[in-house]
Amino acid sequence: MKQLFTYRETWLALAMALMIAAVNVRFSGFAAPENLGQIFNDTAILIILALGQMAIILTRSIDLSLAANLCFTGMVVAMLNAAHPAIPIGILIAVSLFVGLLLGAINGWLVWKIGIPPIVVTLGTLTIYRGSTFVISGGAWVNADQMSPGFVGFQREFFVGIPVLSWLAIISIVAFYLFLSRTALGRSIYAIGVNPTASVYAGINVGRTKFIAFCISGAIAGLAGYLWISRYVIASVEVANGYELNIIAACVIGGSSISGGIGSVAGTVLGALFLGLISNALPVINVSPFWQMAISGAAILLAIVLNARSEKKPGRIILKKAEVL
Amino acid sequence: MTAEVRIIPDQLESGWRVRLLSWEMLLFGVAFAIFIANSFASPYFLNAFSLSDLTFNFCEKGLIALAMALLIVSGEIDLSVASTMALCSTLMGLAVQFGLGTPGLVLIAIGVGLLCGMFNGALVTGLGLPSIVVTIGTMSLYRGIAFIILGDQAYKGYPESFAFFGQGYVWWVISFEFTLFMAFAAVFWFVLHKTNFGRRIFAIGNSQTTALYSGVNVRQIKFILFCLTGIMSGIASVLLTSRLGSTRPSLAQGYELESITMVVLGGVAITGGAGSIVGVVIAAFIMGLVTFGLGLLNVPGIVMSIFIGLLLIITIALPILWRRFSWLATR
Repeated sequence: MKQLFTYRETWLALAMALMIAAVNVRFSGFAAPENLGQIFNDTAILIILALGQMAIILTRSIDLSLAANLCFTGMVVAMLNAAHPAIPIGILIAVSLFVGLLLGAINGWLVWKIGIPPIVVTLGTLTIYRGSTFVISGGAWVNADQMSPGFVGFQREFFVGIPVLSWLAIISIVAFYLFLSRTALGRSIYAIGVNPTASVYAGINVGRTKFIAFCISGAIAGLAGYLWISRYVIASVEVANGYELNIIAACVIGGSSISGGIGSVAGTVLGALFLGLISNALPVINVSPFWQMAISGAAILLAIVLNARSEKKPGRIILKKAEVL
Repeated sequence: MTAEVRIIPDQLESGWRVRLLSWEMLLFGVAFAIFIANSFASPYFLNAFSLSDLTFNFCEKGLIALAMALLIVSGEIDLSVASTMALCSTLMGLAVQFGLGTPGLVLIAIGVGLLCGMFNGALVTGLGLPSIVVTIGTMSLYRGIAFIILGDQAYKGYPESFAFFGQGYVWWVISFEFTLFMAFAAVFWFVLHKTNFGRRIFAIGNSQTTALYSGVNVRQIKFILFCLTGIMSGIASVLLTSRLGSTRPSLAQGYELESITMVVLGGVAITGGAGSIVGVVIAAFIMGLVTFGLGLLNVPGIVMSIFIGLLLIITIALPILWRRFSWLATR
């Protein structure tokens, strides 16, 4: 019990529970299970994306191009659907995963084989992917009336009382948990973040592992592209503009360390839900939506200030004297 | 035993071959090639007034890039510069509603920029937080405050004398923006390459621990650099607000990434410890040339960004590949 309170996830969950309770005083329906389920569903896409970003951040990299990837892939599937409404939804999802994977692989390849720092690579591909969205669409939008009912309706279908979108988020959470904690590849993703040199000596191919992390998060961003477009029923060049920083914010609030090796699935999910909760709670307590940006900014700062204390690893410096010399 | 004075050069003696193959020469070649291509591609390009318009394209981002270059050389980064600009502009607009004159407005912008930079610097150096996440946070915070103040409104009605900063000319076609940019470029070049302070920035970027043990006040210098970046954002905000004549909270969106692109394209190592102001200035010209040239050809802005992105990745990748292949060839 005492140990439970040493985890930052516990504190984050408590803070959120407190927030829900506080809002509930003002608006009694807020803490109702249906409403909380709705908030989870609203945040599902952010959760999925944040998990992909976390895998990359764990390897001491960063991906600024996730939102642009989402935008490009979303446009591809939306245009496919508009041109050929007969294509079944399963194939469109496969296409979105594949296109996303391809874009992620480009990032990963440049990081792995050319050796350009990830932040530079993804800064470049961020503009390239978004620009390419304009090129393939010719600047046109794909509107709701051009999309088939199946394309739009798939994520809204209910399965055992929960919408498909939420199921996808739940599946991602479980899959990422198992992947990062129970597979050799998942463990090596943590290892190269904690200490790349030691990982090389342990027989881990650092570059290849980073490449795979980029591929995974790329594929996930592709899937999120389809989900985003079918949720907001519009595909344009402006989709998810600037959203890459929200994704990183979710990871950081969830306790991921930007210098790699630290981060948990539970924390990242809570971090994303925290942002989702804020954006859902503000309108309820009659705060202008214009406050949201400043509040999430303040939340990020607060989270990293609190993080800084928990991140200091006591066992790191073995020989303090040797370190000084 | 006589005391021997050994002079350790801060730069190796360079022959003409080394100088020819330097990053700045490569960039200069790229800039020149784009210039030539532009003059062939559009009959409207080679014209004093066109070339003058061109400078408006990059001066504001360039001013930020100069300070950002110093910050990146020291191993830190600031993603909040565009949001700082938005906040400065919003508060200037607010002051206009109270009838403040032009000098007051400029002071407000610089003061607010300085405060934003100080806040970033305090969080990074005081609490030892990584600058990339701190400035992602303040990026939302600063622009968020601008949104709280302004909502979906816009501020207009800047005094007439205020328009000079973004629209005025110093002499013939030489704009005030361009003059200011070149003047600041000279100052930053001097500071980074010719002063102790500049050498210390390089030292910090190469090894923070070594610099600390050599008596460099790492925290103080980093704090100053964050303040400097904030001030430059404030100045850029004056120029942009004056050029546009109005303020919206979404002002300068995306400027942070473009400034960083300029810095990286200019040959500053994103990992810190290396770089030159000359490179950054040429990179600013390159980005201005590309966007302006493509603009003359009616290429939409978002397509231009593809070229900028490609330019960034290719110019970074080429020297790495070059080194790798020349190493293979000599083996």
